[in-house]
Amino acid sequence: MSDQSDAPEADPEDPAAAGSDQDAATTAEVPEPAAESVEPEGPRDEAREELLGRFVEALGDAVVDSHIVVDKDLWIRVSVDAWQEAGQVARNQLQARYFGFLSAIDWMPSPFGRSMDSEVDRLLDSAAAADGQADTDDEVSEASGFEHGFAGGETRFQVFARVASIGNQANNWGVTLKVDVPDDTLALSTWTKVYAGADWHEREAHEMFGIDFTGHPALRNMYLPTGFEGHPLRKDFPLLARHVKPWPGIVDVEQMPTSDADAAEEAGPEGVDA
Amino acid sequence: MTAITDRQKLQYIAAKAADARVNIELETEGMILNMGPQHPATHGTLRIVAKLDGEQVVAAEPIAGYMHRGYEKLTEVRTYPQITALVNRIDWLGSFANEVPFILASEQLMGIEAPPRAQWIRTLLFEMSRVANLILFLGDMGVQLGAVTPAFYAFRDREFVLDQIEAVTGGRFHPNFDRIGGLKDDLPKGWLVETKNVMNKVRSFCDEIEGLFMNAEIFATRTRGIGVIPADVAMQYGLSGANARASGIDWDLRRDAPFGFVYPELDWKVWTHPDGDSFARFWVRLQEVRESTKMIDQICDGVPGGPIMAKVPRIIKVPAGEAYVATENPLGEMGFYVVSKGELTPFRVKIRSASFNNVSITPWLLRGVYVPDIITILASLYFILGDIDR
Repeated sequence: MSDQSDAPEADPEDPAAAGSDQDAATTAEVPEPAAESVEPEGPRDEAREELLGRFVEALGDAVVDSHIVVDKDLWIRVSVDAWQEAGQVARNQLQARYFGFLSAIDWMPSPFGRSMDSEVDRLLDSAAAADGQADTDDEVSEASGFEHGFAGGETRFQVFARVASIGNQANNWGVTLKVDVPDDTLALSTWTKVYAGADWHEREAHEMFGIDFTGHPALRNMYLPTGFEGHPLRKDFPLLARHVKPWPGIVDVEQMPTSDADAAEEAGPEGVDA
Repeated sequence: MTAITDRQKLQYIAAKAADARVNIELETEGMILNMGPQHPATHGTLRIVAKLDGEQVVAAEPIAGYMHRGYEKLTEVRTYPQITALVNRIDWLGSFANEVPFILASEQLMGIEAPPRAQWIRTLLFEMSRVANLILFLGDMGVQLGAVTPAFYAFRDREFVLDQIEAVTGGRFHPNFDRIGGLKDDLPKGWLVETKNVMNKVRSFCDEIEGLFMNAEIFATRTRGIGVIPADVAMQYGLSGANARASGIDWDLRRDAPFGFVYPELDWKVWTHPDGDSFARFWVRLQEVRESTKMIDQICDGVPGGPIMAKVPRIIKVPAGEAYVATENPLGEMGFYVVSKGELTPFRVKIRSASFNNVSITPWLLRGVYVPDIITILASLYFILGDIDR
């Protein structure tokens, strides 16, 4: 059973493996130089499919969605009620005793763009807006409208954690478990009872995203001073330094083209004025 | 049970009373000991608040955050090529090693791969960072125990390694040398020969360190059996790297997930130690430096010719998707969870740094130890503050 560590033969992976399972809409506008496209049905990953099967067997309907990138990784999204159970199943039944990390993601598009505060940035944004994609003025309220990543999602916030089975030479495997955090309560059951190491990670996710982990012994701030207002890693938390002063690194990005068409031309042999 | 005589009863009561008197005299009040944030034993600005009962720690709480730089937020407003300059500063003793997992994650999303020569040189510099990083650990462990000599040896020999890194990348500390699809530059002329010389020096440094430590009784008494981490606890807290291997977990991402590297083509060994104590963690790292020097020698002999960059578009836009790539960094598993939406900047980057997990075990580990052992245990866990706070 080969797996995440699909080990000793470091043969070149097929270049299109990553991201090939993406829906066409998201990958279409990306200029892809090297990748010849492979149909999503092409390669199969039996080891990960079997692993997914074991999760489904143990958790039943609680497995909402899943995603496999062949020879790379497995994503499983579980329902919010089964979050703690999913950890228990992974650790106790499937022997994923190693706790990698736990964190969260805010799927709301940033209302501040790239905060580069430059002519180029505004041009890029206006070009994007003209294309009708990535409208930067999304409202927080229409939570279901966000574009989610692998294994889908329904809420603005998702928590994801990585656990692995290690120390068995060639049979190591890892999985990323995801869960939707309900928009109204922003609460989730804690994993500290399953993996003791989740303690600090949940504290970090709590202060950075404002997600509540019920049952956590002490959700104190990890990094921020006590009484800090706001949750810095949320997309609607502005990066204040950028709004006070133009970013000095702007020199680097000044030559960026204003649209994809320009990018394609610039990559080509004859240079075009930006 | 035979009947207890009155005399015995009286003796018993007298003994109890004596005990009680002693206890009253020696009764201790709990005391809070603050270590740091500027304590020399903490490698940066980690603060430990320990509640003591006499010499014993009842509870200890590490407080991080004095160095938090918000890289996860900053990555959202930087383009992919600019991010290597940020992640360089996570574990500043092995900077190049920080860039690699991020680059590999980006490459995985883009579906490109570095050419063979770039992979060999990447592996080479990756191991050089490990040597530069762990040499300092080997020297520093002495300082924590009151022996200053090893630190001087360490700084002396680490300089040779840093000189080599500087000769290639132009930076002693922050190379910023890895690129999506390959490397910034090729190796300078004559560099490989000099590198092998340096590796000889590093090996003799390891011998010196071994001579200084392994026969020292003080070192043995202060590290053997101190701060024992069982394998299962280590896994629960996500301990990785030498800390996990010192607890007997046979797990090394260089061997188990070598994607993007040339480790399978090299002859080397993963060292583990069954004890899980401070001594084991020191010993495993010492062997790892030796193993790395061997690998570097082999790479110097085997590095193939060819280009060092794959064909990469000038403007790097990473296709939408998610990827988690972790590598075996000097401090342990360092991973980047990159979420892309097909733009110039990542949508979210989660940095899974080794020290964060490695230090999160300290409240569990420090319970019940004696005050002087706090220092050796923290030193043997070996963390870099930038790697905790990010």
